[in-house]
Amino acid sequence: MTQAAIELENLSISYGKTPVVHDVTFSVAEGESFALVGESGSGKSTILRAITGLAPDWTGRIAVLGAPRGHAPDRAFAKTCQMVFQDPYGSIHPRKTVDDCLAEPLAVHGIGGRDQRVRDMLAAVGLDQRFRFRFPHQLSGGQRQRVAIARALMLEPRVMLLDEPTSALDVSVQAEILNLLKKLRREQGLTYLMVTHNLPVVSFLCDRLAVMRHGRVVEIADAEALKTGRLADPYSRELYAASGGTLQPA
Amino acid sequence: MSVPLLDVENLTVTFPTASGPVDVVKGISFSLGRERLGIVGESGSGKSMTGRAILKLIRKPGRVTADEMVFDGIDLTAQSERDMRRLRGARISMVMQDPKFSLNPVMTVGEQIAEALVTHKKLPRRELRARVLSMLEAVRINEPERVAKLYPHEVSGGMGQRIMIAMMLIPEPDLLIADEPTSALDVSVQAQVLDIIDDLVTGKGMGLILISHDLNLVARYCDRILVMNSGEIVESCKAGDLHNATHPYTRGLIAAMPRMDEDREELPVLDHSAWTTGAGT
Ligand SMILES: Nc1ncnc2c1ncn2[C@@H]1O[C@H](COP(=O)(O)OP(=O)(O)O)[C@@H](O)[C@H]1O
Ligand SMILES: Nc1ncnc2c1ncn2[C@@H]1O[C@H](COP(=O)(O)OP(=O)(O)O)[C@@H](O)[C@H]1O
Ligand SMILES: [Mg+2]
Ligand SMILES: [Mg+2]
Repeated sequence: MTQAAIELENLSISYGKTPVVHDVTFSVAEGESFALVGESGSGKSTILRAITGLAPDWTGRIAVLGAPRGHAPDRAFAKTCQMVFQDPYGSIHPRKTVDDCLAEPLAVHGIGGRDQRVRDMLAAVGLDQRFRFRFPHQLSGGQRQRVAIARALMLEPRVMLLDEPTSALDVSVQAEILNLLKKLRREQGLTYLMVTHNLPVVSFLCDRLAVMRHGRVVEIADAEALKTGRLADPYSRELYAASGGTLQPA
Repeated sequence: MSVPLLDVENLTVTFPTASGPVDVVKGISFSLGRERLGIVGESGSGKSMTGRAILKLIRKPGRVTADEMVFDGIDLTAQSERDMRRLRGARISMVMQDPKFSLNPVMTVGEQIAEALVTHKKLPRRELRARVLSMLEAVRINEPERVAKLYPHEVSGGMGQRIMIAMMLIPEPDLLIADEPTSALDVSVQAQVLDIIDDLVTGKGMGLILISHDLNLVARYCDRILVMNSGEIVESCKAGDLHNATHPYTRGLIAAMPRMDEDREELPVLDHSAWTTGAGT
């Protein structure tokens, strides 16, 4: 039997005394692309943060590729699982060149052959080599997001956590990044857990989705249910209709 | 056709840059009746500059020229800053993306809405209060009495934006310019806010200019659409005819958007060398 890439069991997460996520259970198969959608503040990013160890106050169980997670970030985990944020400035330093940004994770983990790896990765994310020694402010928004994705992939993780990776981009640039994410997943067998508010993006990139509201998962559905307008939960259906979808009987 | 509410001929907005003056709006012309006009385009295409130019809100060193900019018979190009201040709010209002930057943090919601009205029209206190509460109701705020006493930081994003709309519409302007009015909001809240704008605009027979980067949204809430790219209007059509758009840029944008029932393996991408865009707001 293939193991799950991500398993969440009765996961509840708090910030200090404030509970934010309640009793969430789902699992993402290896190679699957799974979306978390729902209203803002419903705890989607918090779930990703708990998986990476950035939101340490949780109860329940989190396992990634079969290994249970602890409550703090740990360095070895970076090789298994990486996160990409909406705002690429969250993960790329404004005063470092693209080259520094991509080579750094390799240096931290004592991995050699950096020059070649950086070249290869730039090619993989569709960035010309001439961007290698540029600073972030010399790049467009789409190019910066490519750098952020490249950086996340430097350690060859098998699981990627994507937090609204295209929400800050124009549609034409979004299309490029979505194509890139789809290609990388196909070529490298990556698993995606992606937060987004854009249901058509889920339809393009994901196999299943969980709809969240007020810190709870209200529905887990196949992308097919989304494509055909057959989501079941009333809130899911409201979200779907507000996104311009045409509802069908669930 | 009757006399348009707004007529713009050859509007240009220019900024000086290190490499010489750059036109960020390049001689565009359009007119608007008491209808809903959408201006759509990617960031940096000149949408906000167009909206601000109509209200003469382009700051130096930006420069605005136009052969004609007439609002309800008033030649806007000839108005002094003082005249413009009288027009703004009273006859032409603008709602912007983020209420957090537009609401005054130290005044209650009720006081701000009241102020928006009394600036243009003196009213007895009781009547003023009644108008404020009924305006809050019109933007579908439950418990208007309670909400009127709140400060901006005490309300959610969606409610903040509805309060902005209440402020902008209480003087009963003839034209509302809404620049990305819901881009900071959740999808489900977006629809509520746009429905409210739509009801009020249609109900009062106002004109609306809805500026957005979102083609679908503009197509749903407008009668006519202008597509902007690099400071130019590349397409002008009825909202219902958007799928028959002819300009390659418009067609490219439509094709690049994932659909709810998406089954394409790859999304077609635009050739950016053909349409260079700067960083806008
Ligand atoms: N660092 C933090 N400290 C305290 N509360 C937080 C923190 N980050 C997020 N929250 C709160 O947790 C809730 C869930 O937030 P988040 O996971 O970011 O939601 P989403 O990603 O679904 O929009 C929100 O109410 C938010 O205000
Ligand atoms: N102060 C300025 N100096 C030079 N260029 C500017 C200035 N402000 C805005 N611009 C440029 O004007 C163009 C149009 O901007 P804007 O109308 O805000 O675009 P958008 O369509 O995103 O609303 C952009 O390319 C932007 O970079
Ligand atoms: Mg989030
Ligand atoms: Mg703008």
